[in-house]
Amino acid sequence: MNKRSIVALKVVVWLVCFTPLALLVYRGFSNDLGPDPTATVTHATGFTTLRLLVISLAITPLRRLSPRLAWLVRFRRLLGLFAFFYGCLHLLTWLWLYSGFSVAAMADDIGKRRYVMAGMAAWLLLVPLAATSTNWSIRKLGGKRWQALHRLAYVSAICGVIHYWWIVKSGVRTPITITLVLAVLLLARIVWSVRQKVSRQAGVVTAS
Amino acid sequence: MRVGPHGFHCIKKTVRVGVTCGQARASYCRGFMLIKKTKEIPYSEITPKSAYLNRRTFMTGAAALGVAGLLQPRPSLADAAKLPTVKSPLSTSGLTPTSYKDITSYNNFYEFGVEKDNPAKNAGKMKTRPWKVTVDGLVKQKKTVSIEELLSFKPIEERVYRHRCVEAWSMVIPWAGYSLSELINWAEPLPKAKYVQFLTLEDASVMPGLREINLNWPYSEGLRMDEAMHPLTLLTFGLYGEVLPNQDGAPVRVVIPWKYGFKSAKSIVKIHFTADQPSTAWNDMAPREYGFYSNVNPNVDHPRWSQKSERRIGAPIFSQRQPTLMFNGYGDQVASLYNGMDLKKYF
Repeated sequence: MNKRSIVALKVVVWLVCFTPLALLVYRGFSNDLGPDPTATVTHATGFTTLRLLVISLAITPLRRLSPRLAWLVRFRRLLGLFAFFYGCLHLLTWLWLYSGFSVAAMADDIGKRRYVMAGMAAWLLLVPLAATSTNWSIRKLGGKRWQALHRLAYVSAICGVIHYWWIVKSGVRTPITITLVLAVLLLARIVWSVRQKVSRQAGVVTAS
Repeated sequence: MRVGPHGFHCIKKTVRVGVTCGQARASYCRGFMLIKKTKEIPYSEITPKSAYLNRRTFMTGAAALGVAGLLQPRPSLADAAKLPTVKSPLSTSGLTPTSYKDITSYNNFYEFGVEKDNPAKNAGKMKTRPWKVTVDGLVKQKKTVSIEELLSFKPIEERVYRHRCVEAWSMVIPWAGYSLSELINWAEPLPKAKYVQFLTLEDASVMPGLREINLNWPYSEGLRMDEAMHPLTLLTFGLYGEVLPNQDGAPVRVVIPWKYGFKSAKSIVKIHFTADQPSTAWNDMAPREYGFYSNVNPNVDHPRWSQKSERRIGAPIFSQRQPTLMFNGYGDQVASLYNGMDLKKYF
């Protein structure tokens, strides 16, 4: 893929990633956030965070399917940072609309409610990733260490999915789709790394 | 069944004429005698017919009196059938009802799907006529009653109640119905009956949620007998002076305003009297989260979220939140039902 197409595609990705926020702002100003605006904003920001995070995690497994998809990696940081951005908005709904910025209410919530803990963990895990998202950080940390650190994205997504399961009513299975997608991505990673190990060992055997 | 143009001052006649099935007849007459003794609605108390026919004018008057917000557009007014109501001292005053649109488009009725807008989209296929309700279990005699009989059994009252969902949102709804106790008296439960169970229609051909959601279907709910007999417990047929839309539990449901919304079973086909606490859908599913009592209580949190405050549906985003009231504000009337009970244990 040539440079021009990448730039064009990046513009599209930016626009698409801003769409959920733009829609919320538009609906907010036209008084059209539905019967329960607090829930509308909370759910929209939460869904978007989780979806973007999972999409960003899909890039590496997809890229491995074919060398011709190598260009995909150039969108990973963008998607990851957008996921963090929506995660921050989602956190803000809790700080503002649910807790009214009351520290006592927040402490109570975090201490008592496991879904808040899981959500908080998911967000906290994204913080170091967003902070080390620059090329400078990659150089500074070194490729291997940077990569190891950024595997936390998977842990964050798992926490996010657990957070989702813990907030829906028992018996409700709406989080199943995102869970399955994440599971497939994790499985693809495991299969890949096992195959790598086997072929490396095979390589060692042949060499000796 | 004729509900005369003059409203309910002719209720006696309506009831007698309306009973068709032989078995029900005797009981109805017996039931009726009892009603006659307890109360007769004086004509003067009946809300003028013009109030229903020209509700908008009526509401303008209400708005002028300071009941702001009543004057909201109700798009489905035209296609819903009217259900004339009389005033009731048991109605909660001083509240601004949630808009008809929100009450009828933001629903939890899992038989029709889990999303709030699913019931409004999917419930239309449910047939609410003919409809029969079976009354059985620990009663003198098993009975079946048609919706028409139920509708004409007692004057339909307008009861504005707060409605608090266990999910921490709330509404104010002008329900239409009469106290469930009227029906229970007619049903003649045996002295050993201590609980009432309500069962909702289970029809997979019109209820996609039955396959999608993992609850013990049919949906069941229950009350202790004294709760069911409490005058606030409403056998409900309508809202905003019209018959219930399907998504709100047509053609007949119960409303228990001091309990979380899921206790108020919708689209009831059976009322079952038992000696022991009956099984109830959400309590079966997650007993730690949904108690049998499920009284609205800001001091007992749901294991997964706080019940201290609630989001009022239809309010602007930054003024939605308001404190939750003990027994949803009906403590004066119902707290005595739970004297000596540890409400943290019996949540």
